[in-house]
This record gives sequence, C-alpha cells and structure tokens, in this order.
Amino acid sequence: MHELAVCQGLIGEVERVAALNGASEVTSVTVLIGPLSGVEIDLLQNAFPIARAGSVASEAELVVETGDIRVQCTGCGAQGPAAPNKLICSACGDWRVRVVSGDELLLKSVELSRAPASAN
Amino acid sequence: MCGTCGCSTTPDSLERLPKEEATETVSVLSNLLSKNNHAAAHNREHLDRAGVLCINLMSSPGAGKTALLEATIDALAGRYRIGVIEGDLETENDAERIRAKGVPAVQISTGTACHLDAHMVHRALHDLTLGDLDILFIENVGNLVCPASFDLGHHLNVTLLSTTEGDDKPAKYPVMFRSTDLMLLTKGDLLAVLDDFQPERAEAALRNLANAAPCLTVSSRDADSLAPWLNWLDARVADLKQGAPLNPVMQPDGALMHAAE
Repeated sequence: MHELAVCQGLIGEVERVAALNGASEVTSVTVLIGPLSGVEIDLLQNAFPIARAGSVASEAELVVETGDIRVQCTGCGAQGPAAPNKLICSACGDWRVRVVSGDELLLKSVELSRAPASAN
Repeated sequence: MCGTCGCSTTPDSLERLPKEEATETVSVLSNLLSKNNHAAAHNREHLDRAGVLCINLMSSPGAGKTALLEATIDALAGRYRIGVIEGDLETENDAERIRAKGVPAVQISTGTACHLDAHMVHRALHDLTLGDLDILFIENVGNLVCPASFDLGHHLNVTLLSTTEGDDKPAKYPVMFRSTDLMLLTKGDLLAVLDDFQPERAEAALRNLANAAPCLTVSSRDADSLAPWLNWLDARVADLKQGAPLNPVMQPDGALMHAAE
C-alpha cells in the first residue's frame, strides 16, 4: 500500500525536473525499480494515474524498467545472480555478499515538451 | 525538394519552421523518495546535534514492540532518559502505556497509512524536548512491508520477530529484514512450549539476506533475558557519543552505482 506514497514522491521529483527544464508538459516518465526495492510494479502502475492528476505530468505515461538482482561475494569475489530472499554467492554459497544491483528506486528520465515560446 | 511529396522544402528549411513544441528526454537518476530522504537527513542532524540515539522498531502487529519498550524503560530507569514516538493507525493506547511509565510519548495517528515517514516524525519531534533525552524510540506501524522503505531520520533499525510467528519470516519479508541492524526474537519465554520455532532457523534466514546483524532472543516478561539487548543499546549510545556515523540500512548502494554509469 505504500506505492501511492512512492508515486507521490515520484511526481514531486518529476515536477522539480519539469520546472528546471521549463517544460510545459511531461509526456513520459521512466523509472528503474529493482526487485529488492519493496515496490510492486503493478501497484505502482495503478497508483500513478492518481498521483499524476493535476500535475505537469497529468497525461504522462509511466515506463517501468526493472533489473536483475546481482551480488558480489566479499569472500571469493565472484559476481552473480541471486533471489530476493536468498542473497548468497552463487559460486561459493557464502552469505557475506554486497548487493550490486536489484534495490533501485530511481527516477531515470523524463520526456518533456516545451511550450512554443520557450522553444528555440 | 522533399523526397516524399515533391514540395520545395529542404531539410534546412524544415529546421527553420516554427515548431509547435519540442520534445526532449532529460536524464535524471534521482531517488523516488528524495523528498522524504531530505527530511530524514534533517531529522538525523537534529538528533545528532542533541546527542540522542534514535532507534526505529519494526515488526508485525502483536510481536511485542510496546511490551519490549515498557520492559526496556523499566530496566534503563535512572541510566538513560528515554522518549518514544508511537505510530499507529488509530488510538492513543500505546502512548498512554508508555506515559504510565513516566516517559514522554508522542502518538502519531496515521489514519490509513501503513507506515511512518520522515515528515510525520519531524512534526512529532517538535513535541519532544531533545535536550532532555538520551534515547528516542520510534515504534513504527505494525507492518512487515511498508515501513522498510522510508527513512525516518533515525540511526538504527531493530526488527522484532516473535516466537509465535514463523521462523521463516525473514525469507518471506526480505525487504524488511534486509534493512535491519538487529533482529530481536521476542516472547522467548514461549520457546519452551513452541516446538515449531527454531531461533537458529530464523537466524539462517536472516543470513540468507546477506545481513550480518546480531540476532538476540529476549522476553519482556523476564528482565534477565534483556541483558544482551540492553548491552547492545549501551554500545550504540557509546558509538554515537564517539561520533561514529550511524545510519540505518535503507538506501541502496545500487542506486549510486547506476548513477555513476
């Protein structure tokens, strides 16, 4: 249920980027959501139309990219894939690993259009 | 001449035509919760300046967070000045239980929200005098999912897992247990009558999340069993006094690595 709160945070960031770039409208928003981020992509997609209402992104499309979980073993040094509840080294089985990717909760890019007056 | 329809426009003249609008993709790579994280950093600055250790307690409803706080307040009476922020959907019940121990408690009623965020904690901090405290506990909303995603500005996460739950909870709720700095197995007095909860299995499930956090078994009904937990708190208070940087395991390194690409 916290996807709506995450979406509201997302729209806040989008509005900041839009203002910074003199955008009249945001047409598309691309986010990167890792499997370890604690955010459900389906719920995020459902929450987005509610969060975007009345904002500069009121007609924007939400594009969600997701990545794989990868961990690096601090013991043997191998890097490999892992499951959300089994973050162990796929080479030697050690649990002392560092998560390299999979926990992203990022606004990656914003596609925006500028009003004719501000276009070159 | 335009190759499509035979008109006299050239690529060059097309460039000079007034555009209705220009579409552009702007690369951003910022955290979706940056506003919350900004407020959290601000809260943490206040706590650091006042030298107050702030612990975020998380668990499912009924794991015994309030009972642990009551027993901890009793055990630390006269040693540390304690304050509590209580998060629940409704009622002042838990805050009243804490106030009955003679400790200041601020209740945050979230309504239907399933977690606390940094802005709610910021407002609650205004109702506390930080200079009068050594340790501030935040009892988060009972929920093993959402609270893990929001930095409140606290220093450390403590997650409770009661022996009446499954010992595979860390495997079932990996996002929550991955972010914990200490796992407390509560209601330890019931282990004698529960043959299906094995503390070592719970700890193994925590290690499978690449989490090296200590795992302690306690019972709020047995003051002696609290010693390792109180020692852990002592050590963290000392860390803070020595200026060790204390930050909860919240925001991933993964994000920064992507930003660097």
